[in-house]
Amino acid sequence: MKKDIILAGVGGQGILTIATIIGDAAAVAGVNLKQAEVHGMSQRGGDVQSNLRLSTEPIHSDLIRQGAADIIISMEPMEALRYLPYLNKQGWVVTSSNPYKNIPNYPDEQAIMEELKALPNTAILPIEDLAKENSMPKSANVFLLGMAAKYIEILTPEQLRESVKRLFASKGEKVVEMNCQAFDLGLNAVK
Amino acid sequence: MISKRLLLGDEAIALGAIHAGISGVYAYPGTPSTEITEFIQNNAPEVRSRWCTNEKTAMEAALGMSYAGKRALVCMKHVGMNVAADAFVNSAITGVNGGVVVLAADDPSMHSSQNEQDSRFYGKFAMIPILEPSTQQEAYDMMPYAFALSEQMRLPVLMRVVTRLAHSRAGVQSVTPIPQNALNPDNERTHWVLLPGNARRQYASLVEKQPQLMASAETSPYNKVCGEQKATLGVVACGIAYNYVMENEPEKRGIPVLKVSQYPLPEQAIKALAAQCDTLLIAEDGQPIAEEQIKAMVGADYPIKGRLTGDLPRMGELTPDCVGAALGVVTDEGLPAAKSVVARPPALCQGCGHRDVYDALNKVAKEYADARIFGDIGCYTLGALPPFRAIDSCVDMGASITMAKGAADAGVHPAIAVIGDSTFTHSGMTGLLDAVNDGANITVVISDNLTTAMTGGQDSAGTNKFEAICLGLGVEPEHVRVVVPLPKNMEEITQIIREEIEYNGVSVIIPRRECIQTLNRKLRQKRAQQ
Repeated sequence: MKKDIILAGVGGQGILTIATIIGDAAAVAGVNLKQAEVHGMSQRGGDVQSNLRLSTEPIHSDLIRQGAADIIISMEPMEALRYLPYLNKQGWVVTSSNPYKNIPNYPDEQAIMEELKALPNTAILPIEDLAKENSMPKSANVFLLGMAAKYIEILTPEQLRESVKRLFASKGEKVVEMNCQAFDLGLNAVK
Repeated sequence: MISKRLLLGDEAIALGAIHAGISGVYAYPGTPSTEITEFIQNNAPEVRSRWCTNEKTAMEAALGMSYAGKRALVCMKHVGMNVAADAFVNSAITGVNGGVVVLAADDPSMHSSQNEQDSRFYGKFAMIPILEPSTQQEAYDMMPYAFALSEQMRLPVLMRVVTRLAHSRAGVQSVTPIPQNALNPDNERTHWVLLPGNARRQYASLVEKQPQLMASAETSPYNKVCGEQKATLGVVACGIAYNYVMENEPEKRGIPVLKVSQYPLPEQAIKALAAQCDTLLIAEDGQPIAEEQIKAMVGADYPIKGRLTGDLPRMGELTPDCVGAALGVVTDEGLPAAKSVVARPPALCQGCGHRDVYDALNKVAKEYADARIFGDIGCYTLGALPPFRAIDSCVDMGASITMAKGAADAGVHPAIAVIGDSTFTHSGMTGLLDAVNDGANITVVISDNLTTAMTGGQDSAGTNKFEAICLGLGVEPEHVRVVVPLPKNMEEITQIIREEIEYNGVSVIIPRRECIQTLNRKLRQKRAQQ
């Protein structure tokens, strides 16, 4: 079994934290993993992505080939669209619908939503709004991971939840609790 | 079960070096190499690891440690090799005592760089062994191997990686660490004193070692053939390109593959593969250095495919897709590209002091028809993009000051240089001395944010020393001006810029305010401690 995942967002939105949580869960479960990230200049408010590959077989390439990704997990709707050529035709797009507008020529929001909704398999929610409503604005990324958890399959939601606990443990009980709650809210928000 | 650690390629290199018993790491930050030194700083207090001022001082200090009998690692991004080149090439002539490994992290596709030069050329140029790992595990395993090879051949060893390996994570299994070497300074002066008479002998010895280096590559555990059968197509896969080849399942397609991770290129193995196949595809990330050499090995009539023939793209990093296409693999297409997508370029952070510097410079520059602003390498290069569009050039570390000087020599006025604090100590100081000695009419802005910001906030070599450095180099005290780049000080800053442009000579303006990223990080740490 394999799952190729593209994580997408804007520099500073916390997609590398999502990658770290999935990576930790994979390491504990003994699932092979390769995860290519973007560092350096592009983190300054530019688009960022990470290629995350999980497999029970050995993994060769650090990069996912076009048409081979199983899931796009995105913190931002336009960034989700950017990687469609990498998604296989039955693949899932799990994304926030809250736009991050730090460029003057950001496309029409409605056009973005229409393109997203026309895709075969999607889970779309205003994650930032929901995280704020639940008084956990800093856990929007973990909320998103919760939403994606049931599509990852090669790791169970329970395994991912345990990783959330482990990775935030050093930040104290309150932070762990808030992130677990964010994860569960995300998990239960999709059918 | 032996547990694996998830490590970035850079971290695997660092752990491998620590376990290989290095006594020092010498480096200047540069994407994608920075995390190697950071990992050693955070995990091996017994290893000397403070940042160096530039790649040349790093290379020389490592050579000194080697002279004293201990193992040293030098790390840099590919363009850093240009800065270290003098020491690097001559270290192959002196040879080493304790092992030296030079790690060059190349950046094909220029994710964070101004060119995509291939460091393997430097290794070949210096006539030393080159290692090029394909995986994070291999990067780790190769470190002890590289240091042993260095001490066995008494030569520095170059390890070349690319962004995709440096910044990709995978499980890595470690072995028992080796202790550090004892202090054992070399007593053989003739190796180290490169007077022409000695240098000729040393160069002759380097030439004599070449067959040994070739033999080592031919029998290297890192160079291996998969597939002994006759075939129409065979592949020579170098370094990370091997992963993209294997992703396309050559074994199922009857395509034999020679994996190359140690150079000089194993000539016998390549000729044997050529004899077995009708055509060879050369897959290498970076420039077609192996392709050119293999062409010369197998003869002009033998069909070779690669980047030079257009079977693989001439530039940019390889991907599983383009390598698959060169192997004739047809795969499923993805979804069609979306329409509502535009580029999202990086930008200076909100609240960054460089923003105020550019606001002020743009304001004053507008008052002069011929104003030119020469930029440099750092976050502030983003001042070239909207909304600022403030700089007219950015070439290499330190070039702002010297290009401004040359332009001023030619008659450009005002000629303004913008350089960051870390870039200034890396390569700007010598240029400033030239300008002072020549009485050049330039205005230098050292935008000091107290850190090496672009690579993630490493210590900057000149912090708290800039006024003293400028005065020491001979800039007139009344023309060394310090300001705080904040919107509320805009009037004062623009006035100072005007005054210094009007001064006929070298002036230095130092806008100083801490990087917003490192400041916020410190505040977060403080809060966490409370």
